Amino acid sequence: MSAFSDEIIAVHQLTGGEYQKIVSLLGREPTYTELGIFSVMWSEHCSYKSSRLHLKKLPTRGKLVLQGPGENAGIIDIGDDYAIAFKIESHNHPSFIEPFQGAATGVGGILRDIFTMGARPIAVMDALRFGPLDVPRNRRILEGVVSGISHYGNCFGVPTVGGECVFEPCYNGNPLVNVFALGIFKKDEIFYGKAEGIGNPVIYVGAKTGRDGIHGATMASGEFTEESKQKRPNVQVGDPFMEKLLLEACLEAMKTGAIVGIQDMGAAGLTCSTCEMGSRAGTGVEIDLKLVPQREVGMTPYEIMLSESQERMLLVAEKGREDEVFQVFRKWGLDAVTVGVVTGDGILRVKNHGKVVAEIPNRDLADEAPLYDRPHTKPYRPAPYEAPPLPDRTGHLKTDLIALLSSADICSKRWIWEQYDYTVRTNTVAGPGTDAAIIRIKETGTSIAMSLDGNARFCLLNPREGSKLIVAECCRNLSTVGALPVAATNNLNFGNPERPEIMAQLVESIEGIAEACAFFETPITGGNVSLYNETLGEGIFPSPVMGIVGLLKTAQPLPMHFQNSGRTIILLGGLGRCDAIRFGGTQYAKVIMKGLWGLPPALDMDYEKRVHAAIRQIVAEGTAESAHDVSDGGLAVALAECCFGPLNTGASIDLDSELRPEFLLFHEGPSRILVSTADPERIFHIAAEKGVQAVSIGVTLKGRLRITNRSMTWVDSELTALRECWQASLEHLLHQS
Amino acid sequence: MRFGVVVFPGSNCDHDAWYAITHNAGQQAEFIWHDSLDLPSHLDAVILPGGFSYGDYLRCGAIARFSPVMSAVKRFAAEGGLVLGICNGFQVLVEAGLLPGALVRNKGLKFACRSTPLRIETTRSPFTSEGSKGQVIHLPVAHGEGCYVADERTLDRLEAEDRILFRYLDNPNGSMRDIAGILNEGRNVMGMMPHPERATEPLMGCTDGLVVLQSVAQFAGCVAS
Repeated sequence: MSAFSDEIIAVHQLTGGEYQKIVSLLGREPTYTELGIFSVMWSEHCSYKSSRLHLKKLPTRGKLVLQGPGENAGIIDIGDDYAIAFKIESHNHPSFIEPFQGAATGVGGILRDIFTMGARPIAVMDALRFGPLDVPRNRRILEGVVSGISHYGNCFGVPTVGGECVFEPCYNGNPLVNVFALGIFKKDEIFYGKAEGIGNPVIYVGAKTGRDGIHGATMASGEFTEESKQKRPNVQVGDPFMEKLLLEACLEAMKTGAIVGIQDMGAAGLTCSTCEMGSRAGTGVEIDLKLVPQREVGMTPYEIMLSESQERMLLVAEKGREDEVFQVFRKWGLDAVTVGVVTGDGILRVKNHGKVVAEIPNRDLADEAPLYDRPHTKPYRPAPYEAPPLPDRTGHLKTDLIALLSSADICSKRWIWEQYDYTVRTNTVAGPGTDAAIIRIKETGTSIAMSLDGNARFCLLNPREGSKLIVAECCRNLSTVGALPVAATNNLNFGNPERPEIMAQLVESIEGIAEACAFFETPITGGNVSLYNETLGEGIFPSPVMGIVGLLKTAQPLPMHFQNSGRTIILLGGLGRCDAIRFGGTQYAKVIMKGLWGLPPALDMDYEKRVHAAIRQIVAEGTAESAHDVSDGGLAVALAECCFGPLNTGASIDLDSELRPEFLLFHEGPSRILVSTADPERIFHIAAEKGVQAVSIGVTLKGRLRITNRSMTWVDSELTALRECWQASLEHLLHQS
Repeated sequence: MRFGVVVFPGSNCDHDAWYAITHNAGQQAEFIWHDSLDLPSHLDAVILPGGFSYGDYLRCGAIARFSPVMSAVKRFAAEGGLVLGICNGFQVLVEAGLLPGALVRNKGLKFACRSTPLRIETTRSPFTSEGSKGQVIHLPVAHGEGCYVADERTLDRLEAEDRILFRYLDNPNGSMRDIAGILNEGRNVMGMMPHPERATEPLMGCTDGLVVLQSVAQFAGCVAS
């Protein structure tokens, strides 16, 4: 007979077996506070108990990797004694319950992960997924999420430089908000979350602890039901001003040399930071809760330990040098108090006014969490293999192009990104709306390019191939702006892993990412897994999101838009192949044919990599006037996007192909980049050297987009007509009644 | 010449201003902490930078006006020193009563970040003397509360006294009479919502913001070589 009823244990989302493991680790029944502590540390969100086994398959080493997974963020050497820290993290569940605060605190959380390591955040990107905009609730969620990101990032003073936003009915009850952040520091100024040095003081800094966010981590580890909407108090409230002060104070305090280790209080708050810091250092941590700054009266030990109040950090200072740390925090007007001490017994000991309320070995919490090899069968795939009958669309290609340009996934996202301050810090060389964002590092001659990408339609059709395509696309984006991809972070958004066919999606996706990241030499340095993205039994499409960073020399960026008239347009990589089966995951299939079938486009990774090498050489040599990769919506959409620049330069395209017109114009085969140039011969030469195709498909001209195939005109339009549909569509969709 | 860049808790364009002055305009700059009771005597100009001073709680700039450094800035301005309020700095200056009018929520109710064309309306100022009247420049805006409002009499007076520095050609926030920047009566204090410091080198996409910094340097008799 256990000390707690089955209901209490179930409310903590622990299984009977997990509870028994707690009892055997402790050698006794846990206290209520201990039960709470175990429940958050062993939650899916904190322990990765369903995914850990498979995450081991990811490549994590590389010559530039200074820190791989396991810390608050991964770290990459960028030369000249500088390094970058970056990671992506999800805040999906909170953003559904309370879009504004959910998204805002998502930004806050990942920023703290970056500056807790000593790095100053210099860029944020976000990958968003919503249900279709004809549902009013989805419009409200989108508006709330965007203004939450805007509110937090702008006030904090970090530029939000790009991202992506995709709509699909599967996100109706379960939007995705994945936030990527990147920071810069010197290689010898890296801090880790380690509670080292027995006798050193444990210091709490930042905002006071309140009752908000209790059990956020366990909430994020369960499916949504009708009651979830009642969980609003589980969502934390963010204060970006406090976070900005915390950033400046932490970075300044680190410079004193008195800080031994530091970790932010994110998911699972004080619990996670104490036991993880102790576990990493092999030490114990003893704290007394009466010393913890509190916002509310009468909080129980359970509540204080599980609170997810934002903008808090835990640090360990060198004994005797506490005052140096306190002085800095006082200057910034922040609370900083000693709440405990590092001990040698490896135990997390929590006291309340001197009375022990929890006593657990740190290792049991951080490293002994359950590990499940969950059964996985064939990936869930609610889509037919065979294509529906394809009607002749030859006479409607211009209409189809306009429909695609106006579709929610493809249309301009300016309405979103103009709400983000993307120029603060004056490092944004390329901002939102480009293939990859570029941030220059003022201290060195290097710039960082970054790309976020996902494609859940491809992943639903084949999680392994879809995931490889995402990695390829990110690397292609980076190469198109001239950057060499060097490292990656991933956010794995999936449904309920206890369903074998969902678990299979996750496993296949991880294996696909592993294969592609190894091949493209972009090791994974960290990331996040978000499972149980289901509402009322309805799961999301498998939605891995990749964030890949690349390095390039700081220079004026190559535009994606056509510049001068009379330039040759080359499709580097060739026209590609397609058939009805491989067409089923495209935007054309979604928007025009309202379907999803078959397989994702075929990817030849070796060929893809050679295309990347070719475009990087072209960019480095300055041979191209513009470059833009072909992705969602295929060749025709990519061409239109190249035409939407400030100079209003369009194109006259003359193709020579036997493919069906909709395949040729709209298939989404990878490994293709559109380039305009005054020196086509040089590009043919470089392409030949790398062993990739380069097809001259037309010339640039003022104000029109014309596409013909074998002298049959398929599309012929003034640019203004196309541009207006593309530009105004999102706002129209948001303001429909 | 030497600029002082005021740092309020929550300022986030302080380093950008410092960088633009020291690296792109060839002048000197130092940071002034918000609780300073006095300004260093060697300053030629003071910048109140963009950001969210004191979290912009209550109202943008409403708390910053009470910070100790603002008394020093007021004295500096009264003695004829040059004061530039950019974005949040402009909001602080109107809250502090150094400039007339108020800045309220953008007409579209949303934060707006974009490059905006502006017209230089007067060159009779230490901040625009190096430009030409009617010249169109492009500067980034990035604000949620940049809609300039004032009563008709104030607006008429600003116009009559040639105290409107910049006007938007493509008004991003609903500002009355398209006002993007103004001068005080003494013409030594200015406030503007757009960010000149964010347009001071080709990598930022534009160098039009240099005209402001160069005008100030010219006025102080220190032209970068």
